[in-house]
Amino acid sequence: MEAAALLEGTAALLPHITVLVTGLVVLVLDLFLPPRGLGQAGSRWATEAVSLVGLALAFACALAQAGDEPRAVFMGMAVVDGLGTFFNAVFVLIAALTVLLSAHYVRREDIRPGEYYALILFATLGFMFVGSSSDLVMMFLAIETFSMATYILAGLLRDTPRSLESAFKYFMLGSFSSAFFLYGIATLYGALGTTNLLALSQAMSAEGTSPLLLMGMGLLIVGLGFKVAVVPFHMWAPDVYEGAPTAVTAFMTAGPKAAAFAALLRVFAQGFGAPAFSEEWVPIFAVLAALTMLLGNIVAIVQQSVKRMLAYSSIAHAGYAFVALVAHNAAGAGSILYYLVAYTFMSLGAFTVLMIVARRDDQRHVFDDYAGLGATNPALAAIMSLFMFALAGFPPTAGFAGKFYVFSAAAQSGYYVLALIGVLTSVISVVYYARVVILMYMHEPDAEAPRIRLAPTSVAALSVTAFGVLYLGIFPGGVMQLAARSVAFLFPG
Amino acid sequence: MPLSWYLVFGALLFMIGVVGVLTRRNVIIVLMSIELMLNAVNVTLISFSHYLQDLRGQIFTLFIIAVAASEAAIGLALVISMYRGKSTFNLDEVNVLKW
Repeated sequence: MEAAALLEGTAALLPHITVLVTGLVVLVLDLFLPPRGLGQAGSRWATEAVSLVGLALAFACALAQAGDEPRAVFMGMAVVDGLGTFFNAVFVLIAALTVLLSAHYVRREDIRPGEYYALILFATLGFMFVGSSSDLVMMFLAIETFSMATYILAGLLRDTPRSLESAFKYFMLGSFSSAFFLYGIATLYGALGTTNLLALSQAMSAEGTSPLLLMGMGLLIVGLGFKVAVVPFHMWAPDVYEGAPTAVTAFMTAGPKAAAFAALLRVFAQGFGAPAFSEEWVPIFAVLAALTMLLGNIVAIVQQSVKRMLAYSSIAHAGYAFVALVAHNAAGAGSILYYLVAYTFMSLGAFTVLMIVARRDDQRHVFDDYAGLGATNPALAAIMSLFMFALAGFPPTAGFAGKFYVFSAAAQSGYYVLALIGVLTSVISVVYYARVVILMYMHEPDAEAPRIRLAPTSVAALSVTAFGVLYLGIFPGGVMQLAARSVAFLFPG
Repeated sequence: MPLSWYLVFGALLFMIGVVGVLTRRNVIIVLMSIELMLNAVNVTLISFSHYLQDLRGQIFTLFIIAVAASEAAIGLALVISMYRGKSTFNLDEVNVLKW
């Protein structure tokens, strides 16, 4: 490769490289900072400050690429376009919020900061490459990058059986699904002789469908279905989300999920987007979306643990975003991006409250632990209510605007039944979200429970997420326009 | 030998891996089954690569081997910490969280 092309490629991937370098700096810094004793607090602050500064730089680099001409770099492996840039910004935001909300958790549970923040940054790097990949080989490597980082993060508290079990199940089903994804890529490569997404869509238009091609498409649906945790490939999600350290669960419901949707948009909306092929996968996706919304919401009702309830709620929300994928029009693709941003704020916020209420050793997650929170800690209860109403989809929150865009996109493409299931299951979901609110305000607090103290970093994380939820709900137009512009190239004309 | 023989061989290997992951309860055998699935993909990719006279398939195989190695590293590390905690290799005994 010529030097000029190398330079151009490096410049195009500047946001990714910034995150990578930040991760490496954090890892090396960990060697030189005192792990115990007087210097411990200083090492933690230093690690967090370096991570946040690096992420801020990456965010600036990502914003600088907004509006660039779409271009492929590194021999068609990666691409810089609206979709990639939007996702880069979202992933960096998720990582920064995770660093903020983890700061308290890392101190309370005595986690070594170096490995923790480095893994968060490496996982973020994986997300960003998923969003920017234009080749299935690249996409597979990116998915593996973030998966491996999250396997380790889930098992970070390796002395607690729950965390270890969560990591184990995540690892088993994660690598199982990666094998399906790979087999799908191999089949497509055999059918069309290329793994580049743009070349694939051209070759498909020239040659039409073949059994081998359909088999590859099916295997890719299975592989990515596991990653998004869409029913019937969801069975790992509740256990993994419940067992993982709460700060990590917050990260896992936002990051890997958004990255898997980025992969779905790249592969299905961009690669298999032509009408001749979309009619093959859209009906399958419609069934998956309906099952996911129904099962996620109904099973969430009977949960005893708030953390597990939010895990099922996360499955249900993936179902709503799936509806937008089924719509397969410009409005649908735009609303996926909007929904992912909205869900990022709602989920990270709710899990921050969970993490605070769980107290030391990350134990208190059942519904009764929330009884009387409105009396003992009114601010925390108020903000938790905001996130619960947002997740249920009440106006004027981001949850309402997101669902509105998704269901109207579905109706635009004629999927009225799917939109109806979505609205009905949202009504069902009010049952379990309201249960938390009722417990907080209408029950007596447990007198023996230790007092809750809020760390400044947690307050910052809660303020940003609450502001995001309200801002996106009251002024949805700006972000929606940005999202629509980012995906406009997928649906020309 | 025709291409289809290799493809059928790859598909059979993959199926054996899938059945192994789903039915076996010993962690080590489950890990081996996952490796088997990845190698089935490698066989498929290399046979397609030879058939199409295109090197990209074989290069992809090298990537898969590297990823499989790092996956094995994480998997075995998890097995070791599980054995330290529970003194077992049986997956059914890992059940604090309900499936």
